[in-house]
Amino acid sequence: MLRFLGRRLLVAIPTLLLVVTLAFFMMRAAPGGPFDSDRRLPPEIEANVRARYGLDRPLGEQYLAYLGGVARGELGPSLKYKDKSVLQILGENAPVSLRLGGLAILLAGMAGVGLGVVAAARQNRGADHAVMALAAAGVCIPTFVTAPLLILVLGSKLGWLPSGGWNGGAPANLVLPVLVLALPQVAIISRLTRAGMIEVLRANYIRTARARGLPERRVILGHALRAALLPLVSYLGPACAGLLTGSLVVEQIFNLPGLGKFFVISALQRDYTVVMGMVILYAGLILLLNLLADLLYAALDPRVRLS
Amino acid sequence: MRGLPFGSRRGADAMERVAAGRSLWSDAWRRLKANRAAVVGAATLATLALAAVVGPHLTPFAYDEVRKPEVWLPPLTDGHILGTDALGRDLLARLLTGLRVSLAIGLVATAVSLVIGVAWGATAGFVGGRTDELMMRIVDVLYSLPFIFFVILLMVTFGSNLVLMFVAIGAVEWLTMSRIVRGQTLTLKQKEFVEAARAAGLTGGQIVARHIVPNLLGPVAVYVTLTIPAVILAESFLSFLGLGVQPPMASLGGLIADGAQQMELAPWLLIFPGVAMVATLMSFNFIGDGLRDALDPKDR
Repeated sequence: MLRFLGRRLLVAIPTLLLVVTLAFFMMRAAPGGPFDSDRRLPPEIEANVRARYGLDRPLGEQYLAYLGGVARGELGPSLKYKDKSVLQILGENAPVSLRLGGLAILLAGMAGVGLGVVAAARQNRGADHAVMALAAAGVCIPTFVTAPLLILVLGSKLGWLPSGGWNGGAPANLVLPVLVLALPQVAIISRLTRAGMIEVLRANYIRTARARGLPERRVILGHALRAALLPLVSYLGPACAGLLTGSLVVEQIFNLPGLGKFFVISALQRDYTVVMGMVILYAGLILLLNLLADLLYAALDPRVRLS
Repeated sequence: MRGLPFGSRRGADAMERVAAGRSLWSDAWRRLKANRAAVVGAATLATLALAAVVGPHLTPFAYDEVRKPEVWLPPLTDGHILGTDALGRDLLARLLTGLRVSLAIGLVATAVSLVIGVAWGATAGFVGGRTDELMMRIVDVLYSLPFIFFVILLMVTFGSNLVLMFVAIGAVEWLTMSRIVRGQTLTLKQKEFVEAARAAGLTGGQIVARHIVPNLLGPVAVYVTLTIPAVILAESFLSFLGLGVQPPMASLGGLIADGAQQMELAPWLLIFPGVAMVATLMSFNFIGDGLRDALDPKDR
């Protein structure tokens, strides 16, 4: 177990290094720079500013300097927001995305697993068809259609909920974005759970459990669910990373100050250091969540040996 | 020797008849036709595709024809069946053009991802060893970069060239395809017919092209029908962020983004493109699900 963890962490470091390298050079290969705004700076001033951030040095040198900084835990200053460091910016935006994404995952996990189990237990009957229809709708109706429609109906027309904004994370402001984020995930999770459950319910050990006279409830919740959740675990790793680092569209539509929205703005403005910081955060989160998924997988399935 | 059924015309006929109707594909085709959702999906898709190809030539207005006095006309007024937008452009014409662009992006980008993904995955799986490890590690690394990061960089590098955008999205979407293909190749490699081909003296490249890739078609076909809607969605996200197809050109995502901004004044600008988008995505998903059920022998 410890050896497994150690090996995985050792493999994660070169992966992360490659990600950083690739992102760094791709970012720099793109045309434009952080200081071309509508009002062009006089050349001498721009040269001064570039020198101040070390952008005048050869690219290889900048890369090594950046890597050295990352190794010491420094992500550098933002090129666009004066007197703010990248860490400060991430610290301001991450909590918004984390809270939204976390709540959405929680909601989607509970609703999705619940609906999937119900559908599998009532396979090919009314409840099953209803859940599968809901899942088909959830997969096919994109967030940028549901979000404006919900805002239009619940926000503008009925006035029950605010149409957007963060408002310090007030519960009323969270309802719609979390719902919109969770909906497609509910659809996917309920399908995965149903498919896994149906397969597991045919297994011999389930037949044994039934033959021993266990009530159906205990067969499903006590014996089948654990194995049925396996496919879900490998799906959830990357899905969580995506949700936690912010859904661009939802943050854009609801005007929320989260990571996703900020990432796009920074990339368009070539705020190199901020973009790199976000790429590192995202890649680190993916590696971490995949590792967690593997651990969880092993915990759920005794046949899997970590090595 | 005459009169023996062996090698005779009748014998060959009988063998053909037995062979026909037993292949994986004709079996799958029969099961697909029995799947109501998949048939409805295919019919819807055919209608949408026909509308996208022929429709833009039939509307009385051009998709980029600005008519200032006819701003925000509701549906069914003055010959505008679906109404007009903030610049007085006919929504039906824009919708059909947008549908055409979105479907084209779906097809081209998926074809690009198909070619890269199959070539990459089949090579990695077939060659194995160090090469496999290296190639798959590259896929892992690319997976860890946010999708939007790639796309923004490709967009700013190549500008908003429509064709390059198709290729760019395809170049991002091939990762999952390569993983699926590699996994399948690993199992196919162990099969006797590959050994036989090797014994017959075929080179690695010939075996991959003639024996491995044709046997991959099933899972790949399923994944392709699910990639097309994913690509259409990806383009729509980009259009929503203002990075996709640039006006006056239209795409479904761009139209929805436009409509969402004016939904209180002119809800039809959001509703009709939204319905078209959902219908497109749903028909692809139904076909994909049907294809999976038809090709997967597990649920027989």
